[in-house]
Amino acid sequence: MSSDLIVFLVLSLVAIATALGMLFSKNAVYSALFLVLNFVTVAIFYLLLGAPFIAMAQITVYAGAIMVLFLFVIMLLGAESLAPANSLPWQKPLAILLSIILAVEATYLLFNRAGTGMAVVAPDASVNTMESLREMALALFNQFLLPFEVTSILLLVAMMGAIVLTRQEKGAAQ
Amino acid sequence: MWVEWIVKGFILCLILLTGFAYLTLYERRALARIQVRVGPNRAGPQGLLQPIADAVKLIFKEELTPGKVYKVVFLLAPVLTVVPSLIIAAVIPLGTSFELFGREITLYVADINVGVLYLMSIASIAVYGIVLAGWSSNNKYAMLGGIRSSAQMISYELALGLSFVTAIILGNSMSLVDIVNGQKQLWYVVVQPVGALIFWIATLAEVNRAPFDMPEAEQELTAGYHAEYSGMKFALFFMAEYQKMIVICMILATLYLGGYLGPFVDKFPLLGPVYLFLKVIVLLFGMIWVRATWPRIRYDRLMAFGWKIMLPLALAIAFITATGILLADTFENPLYFWSIPVLSLISLFVAIAFIYRDLRRKSHGRV
Repeated sequence: MSSDLIVFLVLSLVAIATALGMLFSKNAVYSALFLVLNFVTVAIFYLLLGAPFIAMAQITVYAGAIMVLFLFVIMLLGAESLAPANSLPWQKPLAILLSIILAVEATYLLFNRAGTGMAVVAPDASVNTMESLREMALALFNQFLLPFEVTSILLLVAMMGAIVLTRQEKGAAQ
Repeated sequence: MWVEWIVKGFILCLILLTGFAYLTLYERRALARIQVRVGPNRAGPQGLLQPIADAVKLIFKEELTPGKVYKVVFLLAPVLTVVPSLIIAAVIPLGTSFELFGREITLYVADINVGVLYLMSIASIAVYGIVLAGWSSNNKYAMLGGIRSSAQMISYELALGLSFVTAIILGNSMSLVDIVNGQKQLWYVVVQPVGALIFWIATLAEVNRAPFDMPEAEQELTAGYHAEYSGMKFALFFMAEYQKMIVICMILATLYLGGYLGPFVDKFPLLGPVYLFLKVIVLLFGMIWVRATWPRIRYDRLMAFGWKIMLPLALAIAFITATGILLADTFENPLYFWSIPVLSLISLFVAIAFIYRDLRRKSHGRV
């Protein structure tokens, strides 16, 4: 058993445990914290695969920026422990059904591919150098410039929408 | 190999811990000097044993855990604040390398090719300790302090990130060792003085130092996020703040002030840490000076300054730097290269003019 495999097994246990912790903890702040741990674990998976750039980006963007905003909102609203309001009774069975379908599908694909030698293998080290990062950036800003710009405009519109929706109209404040 | 890493990591932690202890003394003495006082000078010669006395006092202080706190998070928050401030220093090069017992020992813990990104990601993680301390204290003042600090740190992280980008563009690498080596001819502060200034202001806000020490504004929030902490747990917050000060001065020196470079450093590599140390001392004095002489900025102005001045200015700086480098490379004309500092300084003056106009307009009547 190589040391990578041991690290991988431990990390996957941590990842699953934190994901479950996020789902089942009663307090929203604890859920958010479990999610942060989960993101950090995923970042270490990327490091294991030899992709330091994506690992650091994962920590900066998800654990560092997005989850801080989540926590910020949870604390600002004081929504740490909302009463369990079961407003949608059909939601739970549907969620269970869908997740079973997803799990079966994933398992099927995994075992199906494993036989044919198309199983998930770590890319060789040459893919993950800074040189390939340069290649990726060049492709992103030349070949895929239009999708990139469209995505950024989409994000901008979402941001502006949030501002417009929360703005108090003049005279209507009272 | 791994023994070397452990020893180096241990030494780095030790440097930061002693650095923290003596930085408190340095700050108190310098503050006292500026305010025409003497400062702590009783324990040992020139007060040199004062940090040790402080440490002993803090260890023996009673440690209270208030009844209605969220206990696990309350205990975890000081640790979460200290750890990032210690591990962030791992990628900062203290020097080149020297020979010891026939093997080459490098003067940095790790030279990873995404060093700058590592700094960014650890800096973004550092918010959690403060936010969680504020929340878990179950105290309105502490909570407000925590929320304020998270808003402030998120806001200034953008300008900070962009000034990192400027240094990356100038150094053409994300590895801090490469960035330092790129400054052999010229420190980047000469090319991009405004970038260094933005970095400095943004990091003052990131570590909650005066004049941006909103999260602990005494007259509004008692002590902000650490109001409920006492004894060693309080000391950990204190420690994190001062270690962060040291580390950001090291980063600023590395990115813009040539890091460990100095005269004769090629022949005597052990001079490297000495030069870095001297640069850090000077930068730290700047921070203490600001604290001693500037009043705390108002919270709405702090946010307005971060979003309306710092972010556009940092964007302009990054754009000017990238364009200047590109044009200088394409046309092989150094004139374009020297347009970078000129244009940056012009945009800085424009920004200052905006601040001035805004302040003048506000002092007449409307808020």
